[in-house]
Amino acid sequence: MMGPVTFLKELNFSARIGLFIVCCMAFCGIFAPWLAPYSESQIVGDVWEPIGGKFIFGTDQIGRDILTRLIFGARNTIALALLSTTVAFLAGALLGFIAATMGGVTDQVLCRLVDVCISIPTLIASLIFLSALGTAVTTLVLVIGIIYTMPVFRIARAVAMDIEVMDYIEAARLRGENLWWVMHKEILPNALTPLAAEFGLRFCFVFLLISSLSFLGLGLQPPLADWGAMVRGNADGIAWGFLHSLLPAACIAILTIGINLLIDRWVHKASGLRDDQ
Amino acid sequence: MTGTLLDIKDLLIEADIEGEWKPIVHRLSMTLDRGEIIGLIGESGAGKSTFGLSALGYTKPGCRIVSGSIMLNGMELVGKPDSGLRSIRGNKVAYVAQSAAASFNPAHTLFEQFAESPVQHGKMSAEEARASCVELFRQLHLPEPELIGNRYPHQVSGGQLQRAMTAMALGSSPDIIVFDEPTTALDVTTQIEVLGAIKEAVKAHQVAAIYISHDLAVVAQMADRIMVLRYGDLIEEGKASDLLSDPQEEYTRQLLNVRSERARKNQDREENIQLHIENISARYPGMTFNVLEDINIKVVRGRTVAIVGESGSGKSTLARVITGLLPPDRGSIKFNGDLLTAELKTRPVNALQSIQMIYQMADVAMNPRHRVKEIIGRPLEFYLGMKPEARDTRVFELLRQIELPEEFSERYPAQLSGGEKQRVCIARALAANPDLIICDEVTSALDQLVAEGILDLLLNLQKKLDVSYLFITHDIATVKAIADEIVVMHQGRVVEQGGKEAILSPPFAPYTELLLSSVPEMEPGWLDDLVSRRKKGEAPTADSIGT
Repeated sequence: MMGPVTFLKELNFSARIGLFIVCCMAFCGIFAPWLAPYSESQIVGDVWEPIGGKFIFGTDQIGRDILTRLIFGARNTIALALLSTTVAFLAGALLGFIAATMGGVTDQVLCRLVDVCISIPTLIASLIFLSALGTAVTTLVLVIGIIYTMPVFRIARAVAMDIEVMDYIEAARLRGENLWWVMHKEILPNALTPLAAEFGLRFCFVFLLISSLSFLGLGLQPPLADWGAMVRGNADGIAWGFLHSLLPAACIAILTIGINLLIDRWVHKASGLRDDQ
Repeated sequence: MTGTLLDIKDLLIEADIEGEWKPIVHRLSMTLDRGEIIGLIGESGAGKSTFGLSALGYTKPGCRIVSGSIMLNGMELVGKPDSGLRSIRGNKVAYVAQSAAASFNPAHTLFEQFAESPVQHGKMSAEEARASCVELFRQLHLPEPELIGNRYPHQVSGGQLQRAMTAMALGSSPDIIVFDEPTTALDVTTQIEVLGAIKEAVKAHQVAAIYISHDLAVVAQMADRIMVLRYGDLIEEGKASDLLSDPQEEYTRQLLNVRSERARKNQDREENIQLHIENISARYPGMTFNVLEDINIKVVRGRTVAIVGESGSGKSTLARVITGLLPPDRGSIKFNGDLLTAELKTRPVNALQSIQMIYQMADVAMNPRHRVKEIIGRPLEFYLGMKPEARDTRVFELLRQIELPEEFSERYPAQLSGGEKQRVCIARALAANPDLIICDEVTSALDQLVAEGILDLLLNLQKKLDVSYLFITHDIATVKAIADEIVVMHQGRVVEQGGKEAILSPPFAPYTELLLSSVPEMEPGWLDDLVSRRKKGEAPTADSIGT
């Protein structure tokens, strides 16, 4: 296995920035209760106190410390997005690989099913499910995970189809390997690169979906801090010249960029390109 | 004519292995008297060729002589400039290579090539050269010695060509001839004739010879003295008769045992039909005509059957039917006497294990994300249930067999050359201990030299392991090199089948002749000539044989 030092050496400048961002966010999320100056829902001052005053990032629309809320928001939002994306990828890749390796009727049934699901707009589908099933965190993770299973399925199937025609798959079948081995030992390692790239992108989409759901009141429920909900809550202030809602928006942007810088580097390495290419 | 002719002392030769000079011949010494034949024996990689060639003052590219001395007739060859060596080579020392076909210029007749050197050097007139050529051909028992010299290299058989090459080597009356596996590429019956002829001629001319071979039995016939080499070291040296009757070293005993075991197996070969394809017809789903029509083929244990045909003749489809990827419409496949089920899924694991496959494109036949260790190791785990340590040991063993260093086990396929990839594929097939390996155009994607290396490897492995090959190819040269039996396929039917000699010598079946005459030759104007002969109806065309 690769030691941490060699791992760092492998990374170029932009990837190190990405790594730094992701690590910072993760650190904030994990140690939120100790890092934050106040507790998550404590009202500490006036509405929209200025940025850079007594509170570094000011206070929000009901007078809570924005720094505290951002730190707790990192924990809630990232964990939720990560879980949902993971669910989507586990289910999507598994079904996609099954469709590609088994082919025939299985493939047809799965594909048509996904076609039907994917024709319902993401936001509408999640609104319907969440209004019907409630907004508990588990429900949220599962609903968002299942919705994003569909596009992941399509990509996983397409990638696996390309790999499936290779002679080494035929060699494995001739050896008598079972479906599971073919999928996770022969196909998965070769599909990992495009899937990882997709994971980086999809993670950001999920992130934004959670934010928009929170914006609509169906995401994480107050008083839990969530970056999307914070953008919404503070958005009214913009009309009066309070720019507080840009802070959580910036956090979303920075994390998205950080993740993609890191993923880009990995894709670059895994695709066998050298640094001078 | 006695006395020491060649005296090699403490010779150290290094080879450039991935940018590092490593010794491959470890301070070996050898003396050779006039008229004596010394045999160098060892498995591939033993350094026997490198050592034998040093008698010519020659090292292969990527090798260098570090220290030691080579005295030929009192003349030091080490450190002599190339120009000086060139006058010795072919004159005082001559070389007979493994593949005579590759050493002859296909554009000139045998006689022209024989006479070229002596006539040019003004040693003989053309008539004298002709006379000596005929005499040598007679000594080597070539048929019609007066006339065979007018033929082109492709017009004589492999065995005859090898003898013609020996004649050329003898023609300049050298002191020493180095034979580098001269009969390895020949089939058993031809080999005997060639060996006999060479031995007689060498004795008659009182030349000394260095005979390099991996085959102890062959060396035993030829040599007065034998040196057994392994990994560049001398294992044992002695008179041929002593060494064979009373070997001192364990390794020599092993070599002897391998030989006697094989001899025993050869006896009951005829009853030993491994694969029997009966009346197979097959088509792909949705097709209205059969891709294969009534195919009957037998493969005998330890033999090679080549399936030849142009693309679209159904050869690869046949492989898919045998492996169970395409169930046939009709017919049956028996393996070791047991009926194989048509579908891959219904076959028991041991049936899968005993038939392995090697593919044309080694690039895509190996998972690019698996290390060589995993690629070769998987069949070991899967079929033989090996634990990691046992598996790794066996992987190293297999790597040695395919002549790759152990370090390769950690590499990914992308870090291998084309030939190395194909070798790893061979190792993967071997790992399963198969009875039959289907080779689907395994050398087509490789350049000629590398392809030759792969074919040599396959032949050597067959001799060691007694595995059968079903060799699918469109390349007649490959077939000549490797096959025992040939099946010619055309448009899904078998048009001719039989022993190699029978198929590749006249009279030809029309389609076989078409295939043979379509192999491009180096001669300028060959294509124009062929086309005009085909137009006149003197040579068969695709139309004339009613396709």
